[in-house]
Amino acid sequence: MRVRELAALAAVALGGPALAKDTVGLSVSTLNNPFFVTLRDGARGAAQKAGLELVVLDAQDKVDKQVADVEDLIQKKVKVILVNPTDSSAVVPAIKKANAAGIPVITVDRGANGGTVAFHIASDNVAGGRLAGDYVCKMLHGRGKVVELEGIPGSSAARDRGKGFNDHLAAGCTGVAVVARQTANFDRAQGLTVMENVLQAQKEIDAVFAHNDEMALGALQAIKASKRPIRVVGFDATDDAVKSVNACEMKATVAQQPAEMGRLSVEKAAGVAKGGKVPEKTEFIAVALRLVTSDKCR
Amino acid sequence: MSPARWRWRDWLSRYGIALAFLALGSALALLTPRFLTAANLLNVLRQISVNALLAFGMTVVILGAGIDLSVGSVLAFSGALAAGLSTAGWPAGLAMAAALLLGGIMGLFNGVFVAYARIAPFIVTLGGLTIFRGATLVYTDGRPITGLPGGFDALGNGVALGVPVPVWVMLAFLGLTHFLLRFTALGRAVYAVGGNEEAARLSGIPVAGTKLFAYAYSGLASALGALVLTGRLNSAQPTAGSGYELDAIAAVVVGGTSLFGGRGGVLGTFVGALIIGVLNNGMNLLDVSAFYQQIVKGGVILAALLIDRLLSVRND
Repeated sequence: MRVRELAALAAVALGGPALAKDTVGLSVSTLNNPFFVTLRDGARGAAQKAGLELVVLDAQDKVDKQVADVEDLIQKKVKVILVNPTDSSAVVPAIKKANAAGIPVITVDRGANGGTVAFHIASDNVAGGRLAGDYVCKMLHGRGKVVELEGIPGSSAARDRGKGFNDHLAAGCTGVAVVARQTANFDRAQGLTVMENVLQAQKEIDAVFAHNDEMALGALQAIKASKRPIRVVGFDATDDAVKSVNACEMKATVAQQPAEMGRLSVEKAAGVAKGGKVPEKTEFIAVALRLVTSDKCR
Repeated sequence: MSPARWRWRDWLSRYGIALAFLALGSALALLTPRFLTAANLLNVLRQISVNALLAFGMTVVILGAGIDLSVGSVLAFSGALAAGLSTAGWPAGLAMAAALLLGGIMGLFNGVFVAYARIAPFIVTLGGLTIFRGATLVYTDGRPITGLPGGFDALGNGVALGVPVPVWVMLAFLGLTHFLLRFTALGRAVYAVGGNEEAARLSGIPVAGTKLFAYAYSGLASALGALVLTGRLNSAQPTAGSGYELDAIAAVVVGGTSLFGGRGGVLGTFVGALIIGVLNNGMNLLDVSAFYQQIVKGGVILAALLIDRLLSVRND
């Protein structure tokens, strides 16, 4: 892989073959994480389809390496730089250098706290919340009592996931009522204790929606101890949660789609490389999410 | 002042915090019928068990005029070790014993720097907080450890004689700590060192050794809390216990132990932990919005301290 990267860089440096494809650079935070490997694969596939050369550089989760990687890409005069920041603040100087060189920048998954960014491509937490709301509604056949375990109060993930979930229920599923809405701060231990308390307070609960899987797994522990038939839906599709879904304990969890994220990033980059308009203000491109459920539990 | 009146004030300053707890409990009982049920009260006791265990250890340290900020990280590392060893095939009992030992050793590490290098406890245990958290992340590779043997579930979620096992563990450790502090020379030495270190030294009390004991005991208490929490969650989390030091200190201080050392006790800490636990429980039962919960919690803690302060000032 390293060799291919170098070969790609060398090809660009030497001016490439006569019929040079447009080249796009992708600086990934780390490829030591399956999420970003899948993201890269999605980007590669899209680049092939769009007839682009894609140079992928792995920052190995080091902020300084990422800055150097982006500098290299600038030197190679790529048409567009896709950055998946290791750190939203540390990446800013690199982005400013790309801006100075007149190369459009697209951020992927994590945003940047400064510099000029054309597109930001990340998961849409509001849509994910809506997805969970829809699933809970159908699971309960449009009628039932639900507990919502919220993330850290004021955090964007908690806000967006809760908004999507509640908007969906309010708009299209009025038979399902949220009977308790409590924070467990994205934490498994708090998910357990808060759920224990809510179980004391509410004699009728049909389902729980937790803003992340850690809280969902904590709540599941409390529900198991209470021996009440309550179904749990989480968010993030962590390894633990997917294991739990496959063991027919949790009902579902909302997963991000890294491949889709990579694909959309390259498609946007292709548009810009082929002379498309670069928006002045960062345009947010939402990546859809997907539900992980287990059919064998039906 | 008449003797009868004086005794009344003395009684109030000693048991004021218990009265505050009863008042809080009565208010909640009036607000929601779900509060005052046997099931919910056992639920509260089970929920406070981890914080109470940490706070009992913290009480010993604070009585000796110290502070231990590392308890949450000690909890995380001990819990991870217990879980890691038992998933590697160790019998659950042995893995738990190793975790307790590790907790004691981490406490000793703090104690050596405080007692012999004479570095301020705040700084030493702040260092411990970050070092032990880092060690936990290294040991767990940042991932939760799951798939534990049945012994953990029994400890965390079991019930004996109608009472959850974590509550038995908490009460046993409460008894042990109370006995140590009140009825042994070592315990009296903790009070003496916390009250006046120089006087303690002059009267032949081994000051450094006493401090060493206090921090080791706090480490042990945190490890015990770790075992209960690991059992309750049936897994060990690399981020477990972050911020727990503040809840533990709050329980100690609300329970009437002076942050300057030498005054207070572990029974008060138990009531302090109860107050915090009942507050969390009550706000969940009443479905109070998350935004207001923190304000209410902080307000009640301040009010409890203010009442305690007013009563003890009058008594002086």
